[in-house]
Amino acid sequence: MNLDFTKLFELIIASSLINNFVFTRFLGLCIFFGVSKKMETAVGMSITFTAVMMISAAVIWFIFNYVMVPLDITFLKIIVFIGIVAGLVQASDTIMRKMAPGLYYKLGIYLALISTNCIILAVPLISAGEKYNFIETLAFGLGSGIGFALALIIMASIREKLELADVPAPFRGLPMAFVITGLIALAFTGFSGLITL
Amino acid sequence: MAQHSAINYKELILNGIVKENTIFKLALSLCPAIAVTSGLKNGVLMGFAVLFVQVMVNSTISLMRKFIHPRIRLPIFMLVISGWVTVTDMSMAAAFPDVYKQMGLYIQLIVAFASILARAEMFASKNKIAPSMADGIGMGIGFLFALTVISFFREILGKGALWGFPIINAKPLLIMILPAGGFLAVGILMAFFNWIDAKYLKGRSSHH
Repeated sequence: MNLDFTKLFELIIASSLINNFVFTRFLGLCIFFGVSKKMETAVGMSITFTAVMMISAAVIWFIFNYVMVPLDITFLKIIVFIGIVAGLVQASDTIMRKMAPGLYYKLGIYLALISTNCIILAVPLISAGEKYNFIETLAFGLGSGIGFALALIIMASIREKLELADVPAPFRGLPMAFVITGLIALAFTGFSGLITL
Repeated sequence: MAQHSAINYKELILNGIVKENTIFKLALSLCPAIAVTSGLKNGVLMGFAVLFVQVMVNSTISLMRKFIHPRIRLPIFMLVISGWVTVTDMSMAAAFPDVYKQMGLYIQLIVAFASILARAEMFASKNKIAPSMADGIGMGIGFLFALTVISFFREILGKGALWGFPIINAKPLLIMILPAGGFLAVGILMAFFNWIDAKYLKGRSSHH
């Protein structure tokens, strides 16, 4: 397999900054607004999320290319992918509880949330659609994870400060979070054109 | 039970549209609310896709509720949902190829909607088929309504057009069709509905 490092690097940058899942593709918003209230949970979620994302992207890539494509059942991809993600999350939950209970008590609660995250499903769907090879899929998964982590951490640091701000009553809570996200998204449009893929 | 005849269908449907509106009140399934609402046509089609999936999932789960073992209910729900999403996905791809090209990914991601799973778990798995369908229709219409409102404002402000036809002859606000505008529109509309809620419906809404 010949590796094209420039392409991999571009893929990571593109998926984390230019096509950031939260700000330009609007995925994973439920979790994004749910866990961005505190810095600590945001960091925990980011770590768990990136790890699960890369593992599931890798497993799904193998199953898609070596089982589903030869059997010509790619039209079942939604059902199969969500099954794999749910199974994988359940498995990592059990394994973590047995092997690393300390880590489990810190990060375990985020695992259950992850299975309902659309990004974790969108990455394999996109990489199947774009016909990425194995290494490219991993790079895409890593970039998307970094992008999500970046979004969560930026948002959490703003929302911690926002607790003290005097916001008009109807805007309190989620509406204000949306407006802020809109402003960050506006800033992120500045990255477009950084790399043309 | 005699109580079953007392189920108020109008109330059930209204509950999904007003009191528990998926987007403005529960803040669930937000991804498509922003992703596909840069034009009215896409927003309405997405709304109908979700309405269809929600009603079909609710009815299927309600019919199967006696045969599903509680311990494996979540995987079964996911299977039913992804089955109906696949049906919707393929029908949309065949019927509206030009729209599907822009929002195909989001149709496939209906499968990860928290709101659909939540209604299956909280309502359809405990109720008969008719109330479950009414609940699905209410939740679906609530979602359709939210998407229609958001995409109406975004298209008319961002492109000066509705359903692709130009109606305002002025320089449009480009920001409204950019990703950032979607977040701003949802945030402002959410605040608007909160304001109405606080001002006119005080005491009537049990939510919050």
